[in-house]
Amino acid sequence: MMKDFLKASVAITALLASAGIASAECGIEKGSVRILSNDFAALHAIATAAETCASDTVTVTKNQTTEHKNIQVPALTTNPASYTVAVIATNSVVPLLTGDLVRPLDDYVAKWGQDLQESQLIRVDGKVMAIAFMANGQHLFYREDILADNGIAVPTSYEEVLAAAKTLRDKGVMQNPLASGYKPGWDLAAEFVNTYLGTGGEFFKEGSAEADINNENGLTALATMKEMSTFMSPDWVTYNSNLMRPIWEAGDIAMQIGWGSVAGSYIAEDSPSPEIAKATKFAAAPTIGGGTIPSAALWWDGFVISKNISDEDAEASFRAMMVGISPATAAANADAAVWLVKGYEATPAAVGVVADMQAGARPYPMVPYMGLLHTALGDNLAEFMQGQESAEQALADVTAAYNTAAKEAGFLD
Amino acid sequence: MPHRTFLAFIWPSLLAMVLFIAIPILSVGYQSLFVEHPQMMTEVESCGPFGCRTERRVDAAAMSELRAESPMGRFNGMGTYANPSHLAFDEVGAAWRSSESFGQFLRLVMNLPFYKALFFTLAYTFIVTPLVIVLGFCIAIAVNTVSARLKGPVIFFSLLPMIVTPLIGALVLFWMIDARGVIGATLQQVFNDPQLSLKASPTLTWVTLFVYGVWHSAPFAFVVFYAGLQTVPQDTLESAMVDGASRWERVRFVTIPYLMPLATFIALMQLMDNFRVFEPIIGFSAEANATSLSYLIYSDLRSGDFPLFGSAAASSMLTIGGVVILLTPVLIRTWREFKRKG
Repeated sequence: MMKDFLKASVAITALLASAGIASAECGIEKGSVRILSNDFAALHAIATAAETCASDTVTVTKNQTTEHKNIQVPALTTNPASYTVAVIATNSVVPLLTGDLVRPLDDYVAKWGQDLQESQLIRVDGKVMAIAFMANGQHLFYREDILADNGIAVPTSYEEVLAAAKTLRDKGVMQNPLASGYKPGWDLAAEFVNTYLGTGGEFFKEGSAEADINNENGLTALATMKEMSTFMSPDWVTYNSNLMRPIWEAGDIAMQIGWGSVAGSYIAEDSPSPEIAKATKFAAAPTIGGGTIPSAALWWDGFVISKNISDEDAEASFRAMMVGISPATAAANADAAVWLVKGYEATPAAVGVVADMQAGARPYPMVPYMGLLHTALGDNLAEFMQGQESAEQALADVTAAYNTAAKEAGFLD
Repeated sequence: MPHRTFLAFIWPSLLAMVLFIAIPILSVGYQSLFVEHPQMMTEVESCGPFGCRTERRVDAAAMSELRAESPMGRFNGMGTYANPSHLAFDEVGAAWRSSESFGQFLRLVMNLPFYKALFFTLAYTFIVTPLVIVLGFCIAIAVNTVSARLKGPVIFFSLLPMIVTPLIGALVLFWMIDARGVIGATLQQVFNDPQLSLKASPTLTWVTLFVYGVWHSAPFAFVVFYAGLQTVPQDTLESAMVDGASRWERVRFVTIPYLMPLATFIALMQLMDNFRVFEPIIGFSAEANATSLSYLIYSDLRSGDFPLFGSAAASSMLTIGGVVILLTPVLIRTWREFKRKG
């Protein structure tokens, strides 16, 4: 009791002290900083750090919501824009670039970006349009204890993952040892994208918006996903990233494909099942079909500054975000993300994403029509996954749905 | 009532209807005739944490000029209605020519997103609506016979499913039917089948959605019928009793005919409501096995980086058309009765 109290007071004192230092460091004279972002731990840390820049003349507000992607375009289209900063990821920056809603940051980087590394600068056509601060990607989560007890080496390919699952089922250790975000819609599509990237295939024909997934690579990816699903709980059809965690913590899964951004919470000390948290380990996403690339799309998270705001607000926003994503913030929240900022050293929670990066995983495509293909995949793969139609038919349906949408959006004739 | 007085009385409502119903529908209809301008693309080098590559981008400046010229986009006429995501005339024609049996033709058509959604929507409407009316009537009769002291609590609990917001009700049930939830796990025990999943099987998902729909809407029918039961003429019932009519005969020959207009009213409301079924699909994460017309609209507007306004507008107009077709027989019947009385 006394110890907890001591801990808490030390923590509060440290927080107050760091806040004091931070606000002294910001040095922003005046302006308004309005942050729109997604809603997860690393982004909370960033926004909280940026908020320390608030003073009598500087206001800092935030809206952290999983609906961010749906409001960002209208919110940044108004003049002045409702938000000065939009925190974005590989895919959600595309509509903002397409709509010409963000401003180049080169001047600000030169003036206030001393802490930034070259790899953090997202350059489009030579101009810095966004600043990245963390990397993300899906990778293998595994239970070290269960694999070791059954003499299974950590799988590096989908073939090994499936063999391990079969061993566990045959030995009666677990009926359904696998999990993955196969909920039809965004999640199932993301899994297809991951798996397909591992085959080395491209999503579009060179230099055009024509989809090119109805091929050998697409069939390999689907066959692998189908086989994975046979080792999953029958409810896999409703599993997304958030749903898998409680089932993992209940000890019902031995291996899963999960996001790097949630890895920290799986091994946190305050996990409801500490034994499982301790035995949870991470590795690169499995390879597929004898390839060497992890089947995972690499993502980055970053921020952009709105175009339709005053220069004063833009500069204040950039400087507040520099405090938000400073090496100090990253160091204080090392477990929350795979930071791309200076001085960050990989923690046990970052092992999987770092392994993906080192093994040459490919980035999520940033072309403007990728979102349409992602939607078409999400809407049309479920019937194949449930055994109602062939893989060829599913991929043909995806292509047809994509073509219709791409025509309406003006990408195809 | 003189026409003048009637007009003076009704014009604010008429104005509101024009403003809030007619104009939006017209604007949606107009929107459905357009698609986005052709995107001007340029190739640029883009660099990030994972290296550089040449990628195609939309030329934002050129596009804003195009949009300034014609803000609605490119005129497409009925093209959106005819495309594979909607009525899919070409695909249906091709399916007709290529299939050897009617069954195969149906399977091919049911693979098209619009027809798949339409089929579920119609199935939901025509299975849930009659069940709601029958069940609501039964509950009303039952509650009417409960002793006066118990009536209050019984009515309250009968109404609960309707009081719960559809999405919340669906989510609560969603967790109960999970393989680890109370209903799902019990069913697995009862049928001794560890792979049984109400969420995975398309048939069971449909059944779940229908059961949910009946559960959620029956209280509405109940409350309307219950109110009607209070006005059933007691002397007719008593004379029927004197004539030796059994309990069932009294319901059959007095109560049901008396409540028929109410049944028409409920059918009308339920047809409209059920035809735009949407919340249960989201709440039960049933997109894989069941999509409705309303879900198509939602999906066009929400998923992907570009809201497909034209497509959503076309689906909306087709949904409105569907409601009109469904309601026509009931409306004709009501109109005939009105004229007969007049």
